[in-house]
Amino acid sequence: MKALRDAAAVLRAACRSFAGALGAVIVLLVMVAALFAPWVATHDPDALDILNRFAGPSAAHWLGTDHLGRDLYSRLVHGASVAMAVALSAIAIALVTGTTLGLLAAWLPPRGEAAVLILFDIVAAFPSLVLALAIVAVFGPSTLVVVVIVGLTLTPHFGRVARAQALALRSAPFLEAERILGASLGRILLRHVLPNILGPLIVLASMDIPVVIAIEAGLSFLGLGVRPPLASWGVLIQDGYQYLSDSWIPVLVSAGALAVATLGFTLFGEALRDAVDPRLGRDR
Amino acid sequence: MGAGGARYLAGRLLTSLLIVFGAMLLLFALSALVPGDPAATLLGPQATPEFAARFVREMGLDRPLHERLWLFLSNVLTGNLGVDVLSGRPVAGLVLSVLPSTVILTFSAIGLAVLAGVPLGIFAATHRGSVADNVLAILSVAFIAVPSFVVAILLLLVFSLWLDWLPVLGGGDASDPIDQAKRLILPALALALGWIGFIARLVRSSMLEVMAEPYIRTARAYGLPERIVTYKYALKNACIPTLAILGLGIGRLLGGAVLVEIVFARPGLGRLIYDAISVRNFPVVQGSVLVVVVLFVVVNLLVDLSYAAIDPRLRDQGRGGAAR
Repeated sequence: MKALRDAAAVLRAACRSFAGALGAVIVLLVMVAALFAPWVATHDPDALDILNRFAGPSAAHWLGTDHLGRDLYSRLVHGASVAMAVALSAIAIALVTGTTLGLLAAWLPPRGEAAVLILFDIVAAFPSLVLALAIVAVFGPSTLVVVVIVGLTLTPHFGRVARAQALALRSAPFLEAERILGASLGRILLRHVLPNILGPLIVLASMDIPVVIAIEAGLSFLGLGVRPPLASWGVLIQDGYQYLSDSWIPVLVSAGALAVATLGFTLFGEALRDAVDPRLGRDR
Repeated sequence: MGAGGARYLAGRLLTSLLIVFGAMLLLFALSALVPGDPAATLLGPQATPEFAARFVREMGLDRPLHERLWLFLSNVLTGNLGVDVLSGRPVAGLVLSVLPSTVILTFSAIGLAVLAGVPLGIFAATHRGSVADNVLAILSVAFIAVPSFVVAILLLLVFSLWLDWLPVLGGGDASDPIDQAKRLILPALALALGWIGFIARLVRSSMLEVMAEPYIRTARAYGLPERIVTYKYALKNACIPTLAILGLGIGRLLGGAVLVEIVFARPGLGRLIYDAISVRNFPVVQGSVLVVVVLFVVVNLLVDLSYAAIDPRLRDQGRGGAAR
């Protein structure tokens, strides 16, 4: 109950500034679109209507149609599902591996800790997007590859924060008491340390969502991530870009939607961070 | 430089070498672990049977794994990045021919970001709380949040399609520097915009931090003109984090350059990798990716070291991770 009340207080604090409130509204819109895409959309995102291609915005097609006459608004709405699915699964990977390694580093002897930290340094400094291209070149475009690579790339980000937060807790009196009472290491880490460091990690996760959305869109734009006909935002931008000489509306609409979404998530994530701990995630 | 400095240097060097080695292993693993017939998968449908046989022999695909790894590593270390499947030319030559284009784009973007970002940050810091400061704050987030390929597309839409001010596609006529410069403007701006926002914010916050330090108060108490306090004392220290961020940012800039090059159909490493992927020309992908990794690591190392040279506190903290 207390956790819920705390979360509500943080949310209220985050929405107090104009930027935070704007971000929250955009995030809410994207979330609703992603979760309820079939009901929010007005058309089947894949329904072709060749005679009606490159139609401008109208009552029937709110944002017009693309080069195959598909309804752009409905495709954008379904694109939100794709973006959120990719972003949340990549971040889940990073959160779990990063937190595990970070906790491990905090409780390992100095040599082990140094090894984990060097691993973090290496992964963080890896030009992973470029290496993702090499992986795609061999295995072909795949959403799974994108999710795993982005997830691993973000791991040090979570690992460093988890370690720092855990170190601060390590000699806390209540943990000493647990240890004296004979609690196992697993019990201490899972029941006592983890709940106490989860807040900052969730803030980090929210700040990484726009980063992942941008990477997925970029790779899909190149035709190396999510594949058509699945309506990823990157795929939509690619479709529009290909037919730029016929109509600029599809490109403007899809690129604009991606821009607004990433901006919204960034504003919201930063407001959330400022509400919880302004020093967090400075190394981005 | 004392013992701490030497340890710092050794640590950074070791990490850099590990990154390059890790990338080489990964690229080797990719070529070794491909599903199915490696020659067919790596060369794609274009390769003739004779070429495939030669490729298998030259890459040592018929030999045991440890021998192949050794062959790959020794080839790379002697500058042999393999052979282009389509043209039969060495990959190293191909990469070198497009490298300047990418380097020019990346460095113009960095230059633009610093030239615009630092003054904006100083302005925001010295006019704290003003309307302009607030507008700049929101604009900076917008610049940072929107991915560079989206900025590239929007710039292309506005300045080339609607206003028709600048030529759009390609790198321009090699013998016409003005045409080349014109074609550099939009890609460089697309790549730089996010960094302008980032640097402006960083300079603002670090200047405000420095301005609150006692030594600034002392300088003011001595009656030094505000101009000198701001630019000589505060700005100098505020630049340190900016330099560090630029080092970390090179990787993302190179990644962004790949996409921006493709949007503007500019020749360069990104274009080379992309084209090679679409025709399944793996040796070219492998060679150019490796070059990008090395480029990235070297620049990162240089920035880290110059950062440590400017701020001696860092060297004495020992561990390399302190730089971020």
